[in-house]
Amino acid sequence: MFDRENWGEILQSIGKNKLRTVLTGFAVFWGIFMLILLLGLGNGLRNGFAYNFRNTAENSISIWGGETSKPWNGLPANRNIQLTEEDVEALRHTIPGLEHIAGNYRVWRGNSQLQYGNNYGSYNIHGIINEQQLLEKQTVAQGRFINEVDEQLKRKTIVIADDARKELFKDEDPMGKWVNVNGVPFQVVGLYASENEGRQGMMQRNPVFIPLSAAQQVFNAQRDVDEIMFSFSDASLAGAAMAEQRTRHTLARMHNFDPTDDRAIWLDNNVENVSTFNGIFTGISGFIWFIGIGSLVAGIVGIGNIMLIVVKDRTREIGVRKAMGATPANVIGQILMEAIFVTAVFGWFGLALGVLLLEGLASVVPGSEFFRNPTIDFRTAIWALIAMLMAGTIAGYFPARRAAAIRPIEALRDE
Amino acid sequence: MIRLTGIRKSYRTGSSTLEVLKGIDLHIAKGELVSIMGASGSGKSTLLNIIGILDNYDNGEYRLDSLLIKGQSETENAGLRSKYIGFIFQSFNLISFKNALENVALPLYYQGIPRRKRNEQALAMLENVGLKDWAHHMPNELSGGQKQRVAIARALVSGPKIILADEPTGALDSTTSREVMELLKHVNRDMGMTVVIVTHERAVAAASQRVIYLRDGMIENDRLDPATLLADVR
Ligand SMILES: Nc1ncnc2c1ncn2[C@@H]1O[C@H](COP(=O)(O)OP(=O)(O)OP(=O)(O)O)[C@@H](O)[C@H]1O
Ligand SMILES: [Mg+2]
Repeated sequence: MFDRENWGEILQSIGKNKLRTVLTGFAVFWGIFMLILLLGLGNGLRNGFAYNFRNTAENSISIWGGETSKPWNGLPANRNIQLTEEDVEALRHTIPGLEHIAGNYRVWRGNSQLQYGNNYGSYNIHGIINEQQLLEKQTVAQGRFINEVDEQLKRKTIVIADDARKELFKDEDPMGKWVNVNGVPFQVVGLYASENEGRQGMMQRNPVFIPLSAAQQVFNAQRDVDEIMFSFSDASLAGAAMAEQRTRHTLARMHNFDPTDDRAIWLDNNVENVSTFNGIFTGISGFIWFIGIGSLVAGIVGIGNIMLIVVKDRTREIGVRKAMGATPANVIGQILMEAIFVTAVFGWFGLALGVLLLEGLASVVPGSEFFRNPTIDFRTAIWALIAMLMAGTIAGYFPARRAAAIRPIEALRDE
Repeated sequence: MIRLTGIRKSYRTGSSTLEVLKGIDLHIAKGELVSIMGASGSGKSTLLNIIGILDNYDNGEYRLDSLLIKGQSETENAGLRSKYIGFIFQSFNLISFKNALENVALPLYYQGIPRRKRNEQALAMLENVGLKDWAHHMPNELSGGQKQRVAIARALVSGPKIILADEPTGALDSTTSREVMELLKHVNRDMGMTVVIVTHERAVAAASQRVIYLRDGMIENDRLDPATLLADVR
């Protein structure tokens, strides 16, 4: 039925009235264009927020020491809780399905001074073990990251990002050079990819990494850690709640505080964050599809309406065709194919322009925490195409039915 | 070829019914050239449309080539029209965005004939009606007589058994009318098609072999001698 002969008929009758075709097609063009644009912008928002989670394993929890707020076992409130490497070991054995765990020691920028020759800079210093990289997913740009041998030998090694390299080394190659960290020389063994490309200025600087053992030695911190972070295999909300509860109980036992005291330790459960975030964006996506489909439906109604007028316009022609032996199926096929063809062509333009605009936007607008890479994926585009063809079919169906019902005798009556 | 027995047809407009055909008995044999005359509103077009399966009838029996025409589906009707009948209209009814050749080829398209063959046959038929050189002209570039000849070519192209023409000369002057009648006579004589013409014009009717006169939905006079039409002022 849909052979070359039919296409000839369809193209000819579409070409017959270009204005009508353009008006008809524009509704669909606009519907698809808006749908794609909205979906892309929605993705931009989602990507922006997802960017904030890029450096952490999704199924992870991090813990900071706090201050007790309730007395417990004869101990008073308002005790500081200092996490240690013993806590790390304890958690390693009590969290079910634990994947990676690492404690890190931190020196804030205000208390740090890095110096190379005449150049000075102040950066957050993280004393870490190599497992930290598996949790925070830093990528090495040059050289290597802190490793196990560094940790065991308390080697004075340091890994920095590009901002520190520029400030301290200018155009010099930093690899193998010695930097003074609060007066103690550390050797640069690697550069890691900067995390803060989107943000400029003094506010946000990339931390520098040194071995945990070296940090504890230099800053006289015994076995203290400031943050413990771990990932676990069960990324469900229930699994996350379970891990959280185990953490509280273990640390309560280690530090003698009330397990229900929610100020003794601070706990950031990434699973819960991610799932809240996903919930919000499922909502936004749903809303966007709703609006997009709405504008598409408006397009369908528009095209359907115009097609109805077209059929009325062409009553006589359809009557002539029937008198010449056209069957109802011939007539339905022709009207339907016209509608689908016009929808598909204009819809394709809408799709193409939408995608192009998004690509342009993605390359012009710098990525930030709120908005980045507002593009749509292939699957979404396929769905949009399917929606489009359905739109064409629906838009053509009713007019086609009406056309098929035209009685040649009515159509051919001379007024 | 065409056998009508007791055909009745009425139209309902609002609350009143208007009986247009009040029992038509008519037999038209294969190869006849017949004119139907009668006053305006006497039911000529209605009768022709029933013969052409464009319209249905209420009572009676219509047999086309001995096949009873009653209760067929629209699709079957389309097939019957395609096989048996070529239509010619007063207002030509050419499709405005198709050129002469494409208009003539249209019935062949619905018979599923491939494009190349379709165009060959259509061109041959245009040559037959003397319009070969106008094949690629659009209808609005043709005169009334030329348009009607294109329409005749379109009616003939699929080789139907019956040509039905409703006032084919109604929109033409007397010279072109004569040309069109000559063409229809040629179709009847040389191609052996049965031709039924509805007309108001005595000259047109006089050119046929048999004249049927309708009055108020009844056949008043069958087998009227065409020769008398020219002399007798009715
Ligand atoms: N669809 C219709 N609905 C109602 N009445 C109709 C319809 N078609 C035809 N009629 C009526 O039927 C009668 C016969 O119509 P028909 O067209 O057959 O006449 P005709 O003999 O062809 O007249 P004319 O010479 O003017 O063409 C007329 O009174 C007309 O008004
Ligand atoms: Mg009439």
